[in-house]
Amino acid sequence: MNATNPTSGTLNGDTGALLGACPLPITNYKEIVLAHGSGGKLSQQLIQGIVLPRFRNGLLEPLHDGAVFMLNGARFAFSTDSYVVSPIFFPGGDIGKLAVHGTVNDLAMCGARPLYLSAGFILEEGMPMRDFARVVESMGEAAASAGVAFITGDTKVVDRGKADGIFINTSGIGIVPEGVAIAPARARPGDKILLSGQIAVHGIAIMSVREGLEFETEIASDSAPLNGLVEAMLAACGDIHVLRDPTRGGISSALTEIAQSAGVGMVLDEARIPIGEEVKGACEILGLDPLYVANEGKLLAIVPSNDAERLLAAMRAHPLGREAAIIGEVTSDHAAFVLMKTRVGGTRVVEMLSGEQLPRIC
Amino acid sequence: MKYLDEYRNEELAKKIVGEIRRTVTQPWVLMEVCGGQTHTIVKYGIDHLLPPEVELVHGPGCPVCVTSLEMIDKAHAIARRPDVIFCSFGDMLRVPGSESDLLVLKSRGADIRVVYSPIDCLKIARANPGKKVVFFAIGFETTAPANAMAVWQAAQQGIRNFSVLVSHVLVPPAMAAILQSPLNRVQGFLGPGHVCTVMGYHEYEPLAERFHVPIVITGFEPLDILEGTLMTVRQLENGTHEVQNQYPRVVQREGNRVAQDLVNKVFEVCDRKWRGIGSIPKSGYRLRDEMREHDAEQLFDVMEINTCEPEICISGLVLRGVKKPHDCPAFGRQCTPEHPLGATMVSAEGACAAYYAYGRHLQTASSAAVA
Repeated sequence: MNATNPTSGTLNGDTGALLGACPLPITNYKEIVLAHGSGGKLSQQLIQGIVLPRFRNGLLEPLHDGAVFMLNGARFAFSTDSYVVSPIFFPGGDIGKLAVHGTVNDLAMCGARPLYLSAGFILEEGMPMRDFARVVESMGEAAASAGVAFITGDTKVVDRGKADGIFINTSGIGIVPEGVAIAPARARPGDKILLSGQIAVHGIAIMSVREGLEFETEIASDSAPLNGLVEAMLAACGDIHVLRDPTRGGISSALTEIAQSAGVGMVLDEARIPIGEEVKGACEILGLDPLYVANEGKLLAIVPSNDAERLLAAMRAHPLGREAAIIGEVTSDHAAFVLMKTRVGGTRVVEMLSGEQLPRIC
Repeated sequence: MKYLDEYRNEELAKKIVGEIRRTVTQPWVLMEVCGGQTHTIVKYGIDHLLPPEVELVHGPGCPVCVTSLEMIDKAHAIARRPDVIFCSFGDMLRVPGSESDLLVLKSRGADIRVVYSPIDCLKIARANPGKKVVFFAIGFETTAPANAMAVWQAAQQGIRNFSVLVSHVLVPPAMAAILQSPLNRVQGFLGPGHVCTVMGYHEYEPLAERFHVPIVITGFEPLDILEGTLMTVRQLENGTHEVQNQYPRVVQREGNRVAQDLVNKVFEVCDRKWRGIGSIPKSGYRLRDEMREHDAEQLFDVMEINTCEPEICISGLVLRGVKKPHDCPAFGRQCTPEHPLGATMVSAEGACAAYYAYGRHLQTASSAAVA
């Protein structure tokens, strides 16, 4: 170890001598790295460490997909999200469609009926006009099919090289029906965990284009608006405790976050988690764990045990929930940890994504 | 999925575990050599299925973990250059050198790209004639043929702006080093299935003979690991020390001759520094002199970078199977995958990261139960 390393020797206590000798002390990132945006632990650290202390208020604090607030006797949900996906066109969708579905779904995960959206475009000088038109057209179609309207927007153009073609921000507002109380902290021991369909499809669809991987069958993104499914679910079971669309970081990060905020444990059954053959194959080839891969158009629901079968039937009756499954349950043991019974009968801990999921060498 | 689900069958797993329980009569220490095997063991909770007599310790076979700090510093020095596009396998990006990691260098503007195959670097080199494209060629014998192929093609096609920073390591000398150590506890090996796909397993026969240890060349699926464990335990109980092949669906005794020929055309055996273990004679590959045009270490003048590693470092003891990750007082506290203190915490294949990701709770639960 070179003696000039500034971080060595900063650790104290009984481990100090050992750590001082350890070859690789990096204690903190001094710059933003890509992994800060991956939806896992580093994202959480960024929000908890820098953003939350400066913005702190009761509506923000639950850190749900959107905030729910009262206004003149009605309850509204409000959410925002930015979209920077590359490439902007991919099998099964494009950045515009994603920007609509993402915000619609964030609102739906609050139990809200989405009403209105805003669109903010940051365009890079030189972006082909026809590409921009195609993205906007796709946003219009997606909004119409989700039953929402864009009612305000903004456009900025930056120098070539200062952006990647197009970045989009959408914000949305929706109304929460009476009696609906959905929040991560409401997960209770004994509750069942439901998943609306196959995992990891979107992430693998994007990656297969980005990495130029050629599979025999094309994997298309499953991006879809979930508000219709949520309405059907609420009609079947008014007391859904938690809803979450497991986007960046995958179902493992989403469930760990819920377990932490509710102070409960969870046990999943690997064999019951729906996953497609193509996606499974792609994950094997790429060395990725599908539990950590991003989803779009999928949701996790946590409901009282008595309602689980009825809710499952309602989900399966909806086109976006045909392959829904009960994948596990909430426990009072091992609070804040999600365990999984593996296919061969062992048990492992399912963690929040740490950094970016990097492909393994072999 | 075909050819995978068969090897993850719970009923069969139970049968093999039962057979191991019936076979074992005394404590044995087995080492799985490969990082990929370690990953499977913790991902499927296999160590918790085995009887207490069978202890699995994790070997040096995580290529990211054993790459020396000095080589990582060299990589960073090259990657920082504005005229360079630096290409690497993904999990190398998070391995800290003396000052930073490749992710930080990337955030500061270095052009660093993750590739799945070194051959992809040739495409990048052709598309960027004004840049020097460097691939960080790390790994065991498994990745050597593909890395050799990239250099060979570059030489054949005259792609002069492509070079490799070579830090290849070889398994048999590392196993010999472990067995020769006075601290050694390992009594049998689950041998490296994919290394042997390339190299065959005849070179393990002298090791088994010399050190009287059974070596069972083993695959990477849960049932492979369990069967390899059963075969090793049987040998130990019977007092035999042979090389056996659990993985015949992939591995042949002579290996892949075509791949070996290519490797020998491009690389030659050299002494190599291993992180945490130190220098092991004849334990690595370097480029042959006739390939020096593609040797990044010479082209970029980084030969003088000479980073020393400490004599005492727990990651080295973990890599040699002397200590387990949770023996380290920093494990899971100061040292986590977000803030790795040692290389074994960085790669998903590293023993510490694998323990942290999949076993931390069980560890806490059992210590709490004892308390």
